[in-house]
Amino acid sequence: MIKKLLKISLVLAAFTGWNSAIAQDTIKMGALATLEGAFTVLGEDGMRGVEMALEEFGYEAGGKKVELITGSSDASPDSALRAARKLVEQDGVSVLVGPLSGSEGLALKDYAKTQPDVTFVNGVSAAQDTTLRDPAENFFRFTTDGAQWMAGLGEYAYNEKGYRKLAVLAEDYSFPYTQVFGFLEPFCRLGGQAPIDARFWVPIGNKDFSSVIAALPDDVDAIYVALGGADAINFLTQYGQAGGELPLIGGSITVDQTVLGSEGRIRDHVVGMPSSGPISDTWDDPRWQAFTDQYRKQFPDGFPSPSLFAHGYYISTKAALLALNEVNGDVSDGGKKMRAALSSLSFETPTGMVSLDERRQAIADMFLTEVTVDGNGNLVNKTISVTGQVSQTLGLPYQEFLNYGPVSRENPRCE
Amino acid sequence: MQRFLNKHPTWAVFILLAAALLAWLVFSVWPEWLIDLIGRKKTFVHTLINGLTLGGLYFLVASGFTLIFGLMRNVNLAHGTMYLLGAYIGYEVAEFSNNWFLGLIAAFIAVGLSGMLMQLFVFRRMEGDDLRQTLVTIAISIIAADLMLAIWTGTTYQFTPPEWLFGSVTLPIVSVIKSSGEAVYLKYPLYRLAVLVLSMIVGIALWLFLNRTRAGMMIRAGVNDREMLSASGVNVQLVFMLVFAVGAGLAGLAGVVGGTALSIAPGEDIRYLLASLVVVIVGGLGSITGAAIGALIIGLAEQFGLAYFPTYGVVITFLIMVMVLAIRPQGIMGK
Amino acid sequence: MKTQHGISEQLLAKGSPSLWLLLAFLLIYPAISNDFFTFQIGAYSLILGTISLSLMMLAGYGGMVSLAQLTVAGLAGYLMAIFGENSVGVMGFGWPWWVTSVWAIFLAALFSAFIGAISVRTEGIYTIMITLAIAVAFYFFVRQNYVLFNGWTGYAGIEPPTILGIYWRNPVPFYFLSLAVAALFCGAVVYCSRSTFGLALQAIRDNPRRMRSLGYNVALHRVIAYFLSGIIAATAGVLLVWFNGRISPGSVSVGVVIDILVIAVLGGLRHPIGPFIGAIAFVLLENFAIDLIDRERFNTVIGLVFLLVVLYSPDGLLGLWGKIRMRMMNSGKTGPNETRGEIGSKSADSIETS
Repeated sequence: MIKKLLKISLVLAAFTGWNSAIAQDTIKMGALATLEGAFTVLGEDGMRGVEMALEEFGYEAGGKKVELITGSSDASPDSALRAARKLVEQDGVSVLVGPLSGSEGLALKDYAKTQPDVTFVNGVSAAQDTTLRDPAENFFRFTTDGAQWMAGLGEYAYNEKGYRKLAVLAEDYSFPYTQVFGFLEPFCRLGGQAPIDARFWVPIGNKDFSSVIAALPDDVDAIYVALGGADAINFLTQYGQAGGELPLIGGSITVDQTVLGSEGRIRDHVVGMPSSGPISDTWDDPRWQAFTDQYRKQFPDGFPSPSLFAHGYYISTKAALLALNEVNGDVSDGGKKMRAALSSLSFETPTGMVSLDERRQAIADMFLTEVTVDGNGNLVNKTISVTGQVSQTLGLPYQEFLNYGPVSRENPRCE
Repeated sequence: MQRFLNKHPTWAVFILLAAALLAWLVFSVWPEWLIDLIGRKKTFVHTLINGLTLGGLYFLVASGFTLIFGLMRNVNLAHGTMYLLGAYIGYEVAEFSNNWFLGLIAAFIAVGLSGMLMQLFVFRRMEGDDLRQTLVTIAISIIAADLMLAIWTGTTYQFTPPEWLFGSVTLPIVSVIKSSGEAVYLKYPLYRLAVLVLSMIVGIALWLFLNRTRAGMMIRAGVNDREMLSASGVNVQLVFMLVFAVGAGLAGLAGVVGGTALSIAPGEDIRYLLASLVVVIVGGLGSITGAAIGALIIGLAEQFGLAYFPTYGVVITFLIMVMVLAIRPQGIMGK
Repeated sequence: MKTQHGISEQLLAKGSPSLWLLLAFLLIYPAISNDFFTFQIGAYSLILGTISLSLMMLAGYGGMVSLAQLTVAGLAGYLMAIFGENSVGVMGFGWPWWVTSVWAIFLAALFSAFIGAISVRTEGIYTIMITLAIAVAFYFFVRQNYVLFNGWTGYAGIEPPTILGIYWRNPVPFYFLSLAVAALFCGAVVYCSRSTFGLALQAIRDNPRRMRSLGYNVALHRVIAYFLSGIIAATAGVLLVWFNGRISPGSVSVGVVIDILVIAVLGGLRHPIGPFIGAIAFVLLENFAIDLIDRERFNTVIGLVFLLVVLYSPDGLLGLWGKIRMRMMNSGKTGPNETRGEIGSKSADSIETS
């Protein structure tokens, strides 16, 4: 026992001594993504985005070497917090890029407040409250939130498609609430309807939608569906099997490549389905084309086209590196100068200009898309239009936007 | 039947009345006041059939679980893992051979074999120590879940069932009468009806196997008294391996069937393990009939919960479980 | 079996030098490690160990393997957020911390007694299934319920109090707080195991039928055991929610529920110190697996370790240590006569469940 204890203390001493031994000419950057659990594939693509940005800068910023340390979570806030603590308190990173999912983002924002000397740059987590209410001084988000992603879709459904009354089917947690809010707010302002009793909130991970499909009302013009991944695939297949005929409108992750690329019988029902989000697979802009070419070259075994996770982590990492360049890699002041540089940073991304508002939340372009079949017979999202420079408050003054209240099952009421 | 009538006359009348009410609800055209009260008939009947078919699927999974427990007192908490493994193997074979039925058979055989190996190399070594056996199954399920995630990643897979099983059929049940006097009949996905039929076939086959074959006789004897069975010269280990193979194989088979009706993704192992747990706790551990009754109750509760109170749908099944435990701790058909 | 038990007992017997050394090490530990090791490894291991201790008490002395111990801890955490303060804007009655924590621990322990009341009517292996089902039901319920538990998002901003000018989430104070709680309950469990109640409980574990015919109320003893273990788990749950500052359905999901069982079995179910050894091993693996193996296969590693322990050392790491000690002693004293330490004789050591 004594020997064992001695051994442990030796190991401890080795660990604790480690920190001071690091030379001052490297900057430690942490990257946190879901590298375990059901979202592993998405987290891995996020990490590809981080590597792309670092590669672009030759793993250097402001003349100093950048050392990347990765952390892994399983999409639960507890695990994200644990991994972040290790990166910050044990590995001693001065910049942390991440996390991936909404509730992780909220947890990290709270943690950021207890670590004022570390700069946090969000990965792709898209919960509204991470930056809207009670933001942290050192938490920056160069990606957009779930409500921003819906920009232009509500107007499109009302004006172009002529829908007046909708049913809503979504998963029962904060991200779909945010998406439903972003979609319904303009739709209802124009005069559309989405009655509370025609909104169906299913538990996340629900696989059997047959009874929900049977309960969907007939007297609506279309169904707005905000489901992700496996849930979306299950619903789309079963909706077809049950002979459903109403047109569908998709949330940002309902018809992304993880769903469209799946094997199965969803094809017949999704063609023509409109949606919107921060990227569009087939945008013919040279900046996006260059980005996808680089992605394919660097990661032959990656996705056919970068996902919004690779895109988001790429932008976030690049923002951090640009800010480090600006201050010549000097983070000896606890990162104060770097954060000042980040606040005023505005740069060109593969999807257009990105800048921050006063709560350190990105303002960026959004894409309105529609599912079509491309030349090779694959399902892709065709770009219909680009909505320029969407802000978190959807163009409203901050205080007025806050009056809507936090997102929930019944916000907006829309009757 | 006669005996039941004589023994529990009130219950018999109650059941008959409930059956008559149900038949009326299914086949009649609903009057307005009823629609105002509980919504459209389409929703109700669909949910009812959905509950039956889901119950069928749960029976497929839980019957293997309860069979293994009944004989070996082994709570196999890796049962959900066998479901998921069967689904993945079946998917690979079905994709490769372009034949869904080959996938089904391959899943049954492959998972059955792996169950046999588990019995041979792991459980045999710790016979009679049911806690350690259970702990080992937990360890196996942790490792297997992680390895399956490594091989098949987090992507969702869906089977392509044979063409003639896809699509929906019209049921001889009137949904509503339109104002023009034309009757609208209900449509229902054919594949899900096939699941129900298949589970009934499996149930009957299991019953025949246990009651009409020599091997089945030995198994039943083993359930009653293991020591006596081995004393009478039967190779108990062989019987155990056979039961484990059939039980695990059924889970694998259910994986393909369930993966076709719904889909396959990580996390399904836990879902179906829990479904099996609740089904056998409600129905009574070790009883095949109990598994059938439990599966029916849980399937119906889950679907009605989802359609009528989606928020707390999942919790209803557990409430049923707690109620059964409070009133009849050994389960409905438990001894 | 007796001898092995005796050795681990002797290891920590009153006044034994190992015990004093261990205590001394635990007391100076914060001085020789950095904040991360004090807080994230040290305090976290102690909290997880305390939750596992409540399972060890039930399983080791009562023969009841309950998977709902983390659920009890989680409920206590939720109650802290509901009756105390949180930053989410749901519930949060703002009671003073000492009222809230006592109330939360009491309610959670009652919940534990309720779980006990449901599951003690059935015997043996049924317990593990029923408690697993209850744990998962609780997870689904808090995930769907927004009025009380704030659904998927859960609660954040749950702060430990500032007493005597010390903010108790700072690494060193929090470490000592966790250490004090762990030591207190460790001692309480040892004391309880030698009390009349503890002895009756162990006798019930070994032969419930005999105890029943001797006139003991078997069910009542078991429910009380659940209540007592609930106090331990709930206190650790309060620490855990202070540690994280937040709680959400993910904190009480199946994976974490199973982790507690893994920790307890890994360390050993025979002595109260076992769960803490298991917790240290688990937390170290959890934090540093990513530095050791390239791809994130943490679960495979922990699963394999767990499997090996269950297969070859049913008394966990503690039992392994005892075995090695005994083999060394045996070979020193009696030479060749050392077969007792062999793997083959292990099955008798495992705890009994019926």
